[in-house]
Amino acid sequence: MKKDILFSLKSPYREQLDIIGFHFGHGKKSLAIVGAMRGNEVQQMYVCSRMVQALKKLESQGRIAEDRSILVVPCVNYYSMNIGKRFWAMDNTDINRMFPGYDMGETTQRIADGVFSKLQGYEYGIQLASFYQPGIFLPHVKMMDTGFTNPEIMKDFGLEFGIIRKPRPYDTTTLNYNWQIWETKAFSVYANATDEIDVKAADEAVNAILRFMHNRGIVTAKTPPGYITEIMKEDKTKQIRSETAGLFFRVTEIGSTVERGDVLGRIYDPLDGELAAEIRTPVSGTVYFAYNSPLINAKTVCFKIIK
Amino acid sequence: MTEKIASIPLAVNEDLIIQKRRIQNGESKTRLSLVTGTHGDELEGQYLAYMVGSYIDEHIDLLDGIVDIYPALNPMGIDSITRGIPMFDLDMNRVFPGTKRGTMVEVICSSVVDDLSGSDVCVDIHSSNIFLTEMPQIRISVPTAEMLVPYAKMLNVDFVWIHDAATVLESTLAHTLNSRGTKTLVVEMGVGMRITKEYCKQLFDGVFNLMKELGMWKGDTASVREPVISEGREVGFVNSDAAGIFVPCANFGDTVKLGDHIGDVVDPLTSAVVEKVQAVCDGMIFTLREYPVVYGGSLLARILQPAGGED
Repeated sequence: MKKDILFSLKSPYREQLDIIGFHFGHGKKSLAIVGAMRGNEVQQMYVCSRMVQALKKLESQGRIAEDRSILVVPCVNYYSMNIGKRFWAMDNTDINRMFPGYDMGETTQRIADGVFSKLQGYEYGIQLASFYQPGIFLPHVKMMDTGFTNPEIMKDFGLEFGIIRKPRPYDTTTLNYNWQIWETKAFSVYANATDEIDVKAADEAVNAILRFMHNRGIVTAKTPPGYITEIMKEDKTKQIRSETAGLFFRVTEIGSTVERGDVLGRIYDPLDGELAAEIRTPVSGTVYFAYNSPLINAKTVCFKIIK
Repeated sequence: MTEKIASIPLAVNEDLIIQKRRIQNGESKTRLSLVTGTHGDELEGQYLAYMVGSYIDEHIDLLDGIVDIYPALNPMGIDSITRGIPMFDLDMNRVFPGTKRGTMVEVICSSVVDDLSGSDVCVDIHSSNIFLTEMPQIRISVPTAEMLVPYAKMLNVDFVWIHDAATVLESTLAHTLNSRGTKTLVVEMGVGMRITKEYCKQLFDGVFNLMKELGMWKGDTASVREPVISEGREVGFVNSDAAGIFVPCANFGDTVKLGDHIGDVVDPLTSAVVEKVQAVCDGMIFTLREYPVVYGGSLLARILQPAGGED
């Protein structure tokens, strides 16, 4: 393992920002893994730190394939993490909306450029992703449909679901999208939590990434058997919104199989405690996202169901 | 008449409401919409909304048409001094056109677009952010320039910046409305979290001139200035390379030469000048940094080159 600084940025009032990368193996750039780009992505950083541990062990056992190199970047934006902010501490911009970056541009464009220059040229890229609203996910893998990456490759993660997302205009400045434009086959792995650590989901994500690396001939690793991944387009999943607001109680678990009409959650009036609404699923399927904050507004996505 | 154009229940005993005021007089159905408050830290449009509305109230007989004023597309952001939408940290101007079947923000954006569509002209007023001061200007993407520049010239701004189209900007209100046939002009002026009365008055004169040109205003209007149009001219960006405190020595609107000293980045701990900031090209400074603390990359100034300048 070689640990080095991928990019540095001076700060007027804090220690210099040094973005750390961990390199394993030698030769052909095979896989880059990126964790937290936002200050609340603790689970994403944790999964990467676990990958560092796993890869150290594999490397010491000689189980990284010949002519294969791997880069792990656990945390791009620890400046925000250390002060409890999600986006860049100074101007609240999102590094993951600045790719491919610009070395003569604004601060977060320069960070994106500095990191992206080190992430380019890898055959595969994995980003540990999070969602903008509070919620928990069934671990799954997602990719943007740019026409470059074959969705069938997602099966090598052995996660239950692989989801294909049609990029929207605001996705065109993300790492995942730009990786593909620069010919890296890129995937996003969702490991359930964001600002707290879910060890079980992290175990699953680590095993999925190791399984992927094994199936792609990058390492030889023993992992628990995975799923036969079901690949689907994102618009084939069913989003269920809250139609009213109040105190939210979830009565179903992530990964549960539910039948059409089942109650998934309840919303109560926050002042008088009256039941305001029951949230029922209009379709049968598997719950793969659930909102997990006690307060809920109307028109909030509270569950996603894979039909 | 004020009207709710979107209303979404919030968790505890409150609705998020987006409101507009319609002022109407005469037979004409010509409609001008003034929209602002998309970013909660931009307040110049708040005062302009007041100025335009109160002046029309006092001279209602001179109006022949409809003026719709939308002062706060992101009312929770303004209320909490938050640029994006509180709780989600989402930039509302990256969510348009929205959808009725979507999340709270998408539903609101969709309602806003539906309500604004069909205006003869829409003026979308922004005021930079807390970091930069902007000369009153209109920003237009290249594909819409031919259609919009004649209207931009009516608005009494100093500068019309015609910029390249970018995919990410397809999520803006202006792009959405322009692509649906509602002519929409984006104004940037002043600085975040402040009101610059002189700029509000300048745009106020422009709004009434525009109304006059649209045949909606029968009263006298002030003469308007001829804006500098960026077409065929390049914009130079001055970014800091060092971290520290930026202290400008050039003024907003100054004409500078390549290499001119326009400020310093200094280190308060060591008392050293860590960067002597120089103009990157000849031209006029139309953007200048307002917030002193800078990192490498922080934008310090934008300079409009003279026609025929280097690219």
